[in-house]
Amino acid sequence: MTLAAPLPAEPAPPSARPDEARPAEIRAKAAVEDLSFWYGPKQVLFSISMPVAEGCVTALIGPSGCGKSTFLRCFNRMHDLYPGNRYAGRILLEPEGIDIIGPKTDPMVPRMRIGMVFQKPNPFPKSIYENVAAGLRIRGVRSRTVLDAQVEKSLRRAALWEEVKDRLHASAHTLSGGQQQRLCIARALAPEPELLLLDEPTSALDPIATAHIEELIDELSRRYTIVVVTHNMQQAARISRFTAFFHLGRLIEFGPTEEVFTRPRETMTQDYITGRFG
Amino acid sequence: MAGSLPPADGVLASGIRPSPEFLARRRLKDRIMRGLLFAAASLSVLVTLAIVYVLASESLAFFRHVGLVAFLTDTQWTPLFAEPHYGILPLLAGTVTISAIALSVAIPAGTVLALYLSEYADSRLREVVKPLLEMLAGVPTVVFGYFALLFVTPLLRRLFPDLPGFNMLSPGLVMGVMILPYIVSLSEDAMRAVPDALREGAYALGYTRLQTAVRVVLPAALSGVTAAYLLGMARAVGETMVVAIAAGQNPNFTFNPLEGAATITTYIVQVSLGDVAYGTIAYQSIFAAALTLFLLTLAFNVLGFFLRRRFREVY
Amino acid sequence: MSETGLPTTDGRRLIAAARRRDLLFAGIGLAVLFVATAVLLALVLDLVLTGAPHIDLDFLTSYPSRRASRAGILPAWVGSALVMLVTAALAIPFGIAAGLYLEEYAPRNRVTDVIEINITNLAGVPSIIYGLLALGVFVYGFRLGETILVAGMVLALLVLPVIVVATREALRSIPREVREAAFALGADKWQTVSMYLLPAARPGILTGIIVALARAIGETAPLVTIGALTFIAFLPPPPITAQPPFVSFEWLGSPFTVLPIQMFNWISRPQAAFHELAAAAGVVLLVMTLAMNGLAIYIRYRARRLLG
Repeated sequence: MTLAAPLPAEPAPPSARPDEARPAEIRAKAAVEDLSFWYGPKQVLFSISMPVAEGCVTALIGPSGCGKSTFLRCFNRMHDLYPGNRYAGRILLEPEGIDIIGPKTDPMVPRMRIGMVFQKPNPFPKSIYENVAAGLRIRGVRSRTVLDAQVEKSLRRAALWEEVKDRLHASAHTLSGGQQQRLCIARALAPEPELLLLDEPTSALDPIATAHIEELIDELSRRYTIVVVTHNMQQAARISRFTAFFHLGRLIEFGPTEEVFTRPRETMTQDYITGRFG
Repeated sequence: MAGSLPPADGVLASGIRPSPEFLARRRLKDRIMRGLLFAAASLSVLVTLAIVYVLASESLAFFRHVGLVAFLTDTQWTPLFAEPHYGILPLLAGTVTISAIALSVAIPAGTVLALYLSEYADSRLREVVKPLLEMLAGVPTVVFGYFALLFVTPLLRRLFPDLPGFNMLSPGLVMGVMILPYIVSLSEDAMRAVPDALREGAYALGYTRLQTAVRVVLPAALSGVTAAYLLGMARAVGETMVVAIAAGQNPNFTFNPLEGAATITTYIVQVSLGDVAYGTIAYQSIFAAALTLFLLTLAFNVLGFFLRRRFREVY
Repeated sequence: MSETGLPTTDGRRLIAAARRRDLLFAGIGLAVLFVATAVLLALVLDLVLTGAPHIDLDFLTSYPSRRASRAGILPAWVGSALVMLVTAALAIPFGIAAGLYLEEYAPRNRVTDVIEINITNLAGVPSIIYGLLALGVFVYGFRLGETILVAGMVLALLVLPVIVVATREALRSIPREVREAAFALGADKWQTVSMYLLPAARPGILTGIIVALARAIGETAPLVTIGALTFIAFLPPPPITAQPPFVSFEWLGSPFTVLPIQMFNWISRPQAAFHELAAAAGVVLLVMTLAMNGLAIYIRYRARRLLG
């Protein structure tokens, strides 16, 4: 599926290997179509439609309670864990076009392909190694060599390897908050997710750890398609290629980050990014 | 096993996907475990059904020989005599008397202690007292029985020189101490669940700690505390060893704590210790006695359960 | 109080009186605490002072005897150990499984409600009634006889609710983030439970198991009804044999006695010499149960400190 209007055909980012150049056109990794969502009787998302661009960072911004986290958690059906929740509409995961929230779709299928990092670092009460290996073990990987290699690679990508390589078997709870969050990123990266969901990944961290994670997101965007929820507009401007602005459960504006921040089409967006509310 | 390996760096991640065989096996395992766990949970229902079935079927056989009216009104219980009487009243009297003594110790002491722990004591004292109470709750009942017969009864005889070696007072008092930990921990849980906002409101009105504890916390926690009393009652009524050891095993239609008397539970012990053949009326009679006991405790437990649930709903 | 609302002399007196009552209540609370502690102490001291002098190697390795000076608790503690083996083998898997089901799997419906109410009620059924269940169903219904197997089964049923409740509480205290992280990684229910929840719940479950077994080992009444013999001058067949296959389950079908029954038997005799033996058996029993409860309290305390 090729994206229509809102995505300008930008030149492909520099590829690691020139002979494998990225497609010139940005394609959609996922397409949200007319998505609504209810917590029990209460509707919290109202017919949202937007694409998620492959190989790019998409930021979801908006005042707290606007539904951006709820929206993000639809992508891997996290809401299924609690009774009484209901989806309507479609979220198509490309290239096959599987409807993630379709009633016939096993939530395990999208979860196997989509990684998630939560607001608060939530490592398992296990060793650093086992945390990173978790997703692989869940997928039935047993081979020690594959596990070792993938754990190292993921920790390197999460910029944590140097700090923990000598204590891989120490408890994850011995790490600092920022390290724990990078560990959670490594854990999400290990199964090579096609889509990476970040739910306010820096909100529980100090400024230095936040800067670390932001750099990391930038680095990761070469390889992963990322959707990140943030309450911090500067952060969205710094790290994302596309931005979606939410308010009271509705998608107010979606577009390339630069345009949303410099030439917003909606006055509400304008008000929000200039700090008049939120 | 993993399906595909990760692509070389610089290419978009395409996911390590498990093989279909692995997923199929995983799904099967999940289903089997769910079934097994459900079966284990349902076992408890089977146990209850088995209890009800055994008690009911043997009691039914018993009531074919002994009329229900005689069972409920006869004041003698002498199943092993040549001319047997099967009146549950003497056993009930013993059960009620001993339980009443136990509760008159455990309820006031337990309530005071729970209020003290939840409203007065600081956390350090609580850290010491709670394990102590758990230890007390962990003492085997047969040890409490020994204590009642060979320590408390001789002690009481100094107060009441005519006290027989088997009496209801001593096991009653000891049983009171025995059920104290249950009443304390359940009522303290209820009191601690009372929201602090209520306490703050009371203090803001100028209430003292005692006034807050008695006029605000206790009423607010009432259904939880009542549930604790009920569960304590169920325990007292069903307690066996302390009574069997220290109250004697002689059915005696009296409410006088200074006399010895059998309870429902001691009667069951007494018959079990003797050689009672399967299928005789004596054998069936212990099931009829047990059914009475079961219904009594069930009533207390069910009432306690719903009170506790209501309490949880309020807060 | 005066009309201005400031305390007058009367008001001050009122406050002072209230404060006195406050202190008085604190005093009563402490007194109750003191008495309860004193009772526990008196019980332990009385038992230890009477019983401890009788505890020696002979006491632990002798059979009961009609002569008090020769009697020991060998069959009793061996019986207790074997019965506990059966109880643990049954109660631990069933208890954990039932707890897992109710906390992690059970849908909110009628069936779940029935199971929950039922387990709460089972926890309140007097232990002697379990004894009659065993007598009617296991001993006579299934014709299993008055054996170690039946004793282990009845005690397992009796303490099952303890393990169920402990398992549920341990699972409930695991933050929901752990579950979300596992599901987000693609885990299914059983993977989440077996790989992440059970290991995290281990200290709580272990505490419950120990408390349950401590209760089982001291339980007397339900074993009286299934005729645990009080005079046994032999040991059950050993579980480990010299010939292949080296394990034998013959002991499961053996008659038996256990420590609390042996103690009960000695208390019931008129001679003071046997009462002293009862105290000695009581000391052994008390040491075991208190040590187990202490261990459980310690594990819980440590786990709580580790969690912060």
